[in-house]
Amino acid sequence: MSDVTPHDSHGSEPERLGYSPVADVPHALRVTDTDPKAARRAERQVATMFLLSMLLTVAFVVAYIAIDKTSIIYVPVFGDVGASTFVLGLTLGAAIFLIGAGAIQWAKKLMPDVEVVQDRHELASPASADEEALANYERGKSESGFARYKLIRRTLIGAMALFPIPLVLMLRDLWTAPAGSPSPADLLSVTLWHDGLRIVTDPSHMPIRPEDLPVGGLVSAIPEDLEEVQELEQNMNARTKAAIILVRMDPSDIRAQQGDGWDYQGIVAYSKICTHVGCPIALYEQRTHHLLCPCHQSTFDLADAGNVVFGPAARRMPQLPIGVDEEGFLVARSDFAEPVGPSFWERG
Amino acid sequence: MSEASPIEKAGGGVATYVDQRTGSNKFLSKNLGKVFPDHWSFMLGEIALYSFIVILITGTFLTFFYKPSMIEVVYDGSYVPLKGIAMSEAYASSLDISFDIRGGLLLRQMHHWAALIFIAAMAVHMFRVFFTGAFRKPREFNWLIGVVLVTLGLVAGFSGYSLPDDLLSGTGLQITRGIAQAVPIVGTWATFLLFDGQFPGNDFISRLYSVHILLVPGLILALVTVHLMLVWTQKHTQFPGPGRTNENVVGYPLLPVYMAKAGGFFFIVFGIIALIGGLVTINPIWIFGPFSPDQVSAGSQPDWYMGFLDGALRIMPNWETNLFDWWTISWNILIPAVILPGILFTGLALYPFIEAWVTGDKKEHHLLDRPRNNPTRTGFGIMAITFYGLLWIGGGNDVIATTFDLTINSITWFLRIAIFVIPPISFVVTRRICLGLQRRDRDKLLHGYETGRVLRLPHGEFIEVHEPISIKEKAVIMSKTDIAPLPAPERSDAAGVRNKRYLLENIQHKLSGFFYAQNVSKPSDAEIEAGEHHVAHEAALEAPLHAYEDADQINTFHGGVLHHPGMPETNAEQIAGRSQH
Repeated sequence: MSDVTPHDSHGSEPERLGYSPVADVPHALRVTDTDPKAARRAERQVATMFLLSMLLTVAFVVAYIAIDKTSIIYVPVFGDVGASTFVLGLTLGAAIFLIGAGAIQWAKKLMPDVEVVQDRHELASPASADEEALANYERGKSESGFARYKLIRRTLIGAMALFPIPLVLMLRDLWTAPAGSPSPADLLSVTLWHDGLRIVTDPSHMPIRPEDLPVGGLVSAIPEDLEEVQELEQNMNARTKAAIILVRMDPSDIRAQQGDGWDYQGIVAYSKICTHVGCPIALYEQRTHHLLCPCHQSTFDLADAGNVVFGPAARRMPQLPIGVDEEGFLVARSDFAEPVGPSFWERG
Repeated sequence: MSEASPIEKAGGGVATYVDQRTGSNKFLSKNLGKVFPDHWSFMLGEIALYSFIVILITGTFLTFFYKPSMIEVVYDGSYVPLKGIAMSEAYASSLDISFDIRGGLLLRQMHHWAALIFIAAMAVHMFRVFFTGAFRKPREFNWLIGVVLVTLGLVAGFSGYSLPDDLLSGTGLQITRGIAQAVPIVGTWATFLLFDGQFPGNDFISRLYSVHILLVPGLILALVTVHLMLVWTQKHTQFPGPGRTNENVVGYPLLPVYMAKAGGFFFIVFGIIALIGGLVTINPIWIFGPFSPDQVSAGSQPDWYMGFLDGALRIMPNWETNLFDWWTISWNILIPAVILPGILFTGLALYPFIEAWVTGDKKEHHLLDRPRNNPTRTGFGIMAITFYGLLWIGGGNDVIATTFDLTINSITWFLRIAIFVIPPISFVVTRRICLGLQRRDRDKLLHGYETGRVLRLPHGEFIEVHEPISIKEKAVIMSKTDIAPLPAPERSDAAGVRNKRYLLENIQHKLSGFFYAQNVSKPSDAEIEAGEHHVAHEAALEAPLHAYEDADQINTFHGGVLHHPGMPETNAEQIAGRSQH
């Protein structure tokens, strides 16, 4: 890089390759074009960046080995950070960045900065190619007899039309119905709840006495046998449908319920799964008895049969009728009367 | 330079060896000098491409450590707060990546940041292509591919977001299930097939995994390849400027400048993503805890690109139809989450064809439009962005409500009305601004630019001196092509034959009038010449002042009128005089 010539004189070489310099743009020479000292400085800058990149890659390897993965360090601005991630990111990022910065500095300072011109050529093929293509197509058509052999043509089209069917059909067993072949709609319409099933707190799994729940209190609850079912099914399907919230309010505040006497001394149980798109709901405002979904802000009034007050949900929150068993613990008195969770086509 | 170095000799040898087996030199001879136009906005697509490569590299690492399984395990890693807690193997392995594999968190965060940047860069790149009319013939296919790529990018992002199986991503999946279930007729069944039964099931993570690491990236890779091959074949568009026409490409040759700049830029993007990935936390899954369908955290937000759908879901009124008490149509979900994005993306895909039909434009375009020169298109673009932006605000309505102390209800009601009112207003305003800028351009061509120098002429008149605009600016302004709206069709031709296509042609005529009728026409050559003459005249009037500035003598004014040189002392004399005092 010792002899730097001004790049303005693109001369014959580019023209030979099909360029011509842009005619009427005045072009200012860069310092690196005219001053060999500046060019050498630029060369050193680029090389320094590449050199630093190498050093940082070595630093990455050292940091990978040396820094304990659990150690935390304090870095101003960033606060307490994981030392390993921080140093690895810093060294890797800077090492890679410097390769790019060096290359661009090289291009900007030392490579020609004169724009060149190339002609565009029409994209469409020349008429001769069109004709040749057509002739070839016609030749293929007549040689194969695609037009002549009607029977072959039609059966081929038929076979081609049918062959994707197995591929689509084999998607059918992405789900197989459990014993008794219930339909999806059936499965969505039942939960674990049934008459006499104890309501227990979630996650502490304690049966609940009505007097344990103060007025204004809210408890997330599940069926007593949920854990067993989960263990058996190895999934959380039952939980998605059975999760409820219990809320105690002054019985005189309850304006309506989904069934007569479905509360127990002012304790009402509603599904916890939003009827909009199925987010779990837990934002309860004591004063208004409103239940707000954090996902899309559907709001339900638990003092008014769980009806929708605001937001995109179209359906009320399903209510679970509750009572107490002989030992005085809260139990369900039946399953929900309507499917919980988001609407679906067959729901009606 | 002097003799070929050993490296060059070896390089030549390799080139020959490969050429004899592949014929590669034929390609290289044509393409090593291929010219690429330069403009900062052309880097947007590059950012998308490079961040996609970073996604592939980091993603491959992640697959070595991640376990796409919903089997319940008890966590026993280094993150103390979750020790002993039951969770899916997917979540446990994501925690291991974050805490027990050196560089794991770096890779995970790089992967996530790169995904966010990938989609953002695609979106902004799309804006550039839209507003400059780069989608016009012959590039309609590439626009279509681009729209599909954006869609696939969203799918890739969302499917990946759900894999760690933490509480936040699980809630996103729960919403997805609610949306799928809302599709009429097939929705319930489709949901059961997707999730292997009820939500969340046991299989969804592993299914999503194959979508995320094989299906979608495979499609993206294939389409990106075609996208780039088309750019290569069609040659890049260029912005107007001196010497730039619809028939040429002005820029830098592939070797060395473009390769150094574009290649260097890849490392810059890669490096910046690595820096962000190492220094800025994203998606701290350990805070959210394992997924459970009955738990949620308030203020949960999806990744930015899903915000508009979430917003649409939030502001939609709660419409639902019961058919004969037998079937349910959930308009409240169907419209915002299925129909709206469907219309948005279909409209996007079809726009080039609609515009070409409306304007009757069948020419090839390689010179980019300035947004102002197509006010209607620009208006549409801003209108769509405004609409999207309002939905996006909807997606953050809870955050906005708490930050600005507003009620969610009022924000929601505002947005319900605003999405119908504000976008049309933005359309009109944008169009007016564009037309104003066109008038300004016309003015500049005719009168030059205003220098801000006010001159009083000997007879007392004040004029503002104008100067001719630069060659570059003139070329840019002159690049505008005046397009006349299509003429009104005839009901019947001269022979009295009824025009069967009258109705359609009339619509086309009206729409093309809507597009172009208000455009400000470029001045004629004669007008420009007259304008230049006028500018020259002003320059002549001002010339004595310049002579004054340049002179080594001080001129004086009497009563604001310039007196010609000759009388006063020189600058040097005056300065010397001052220092004496």
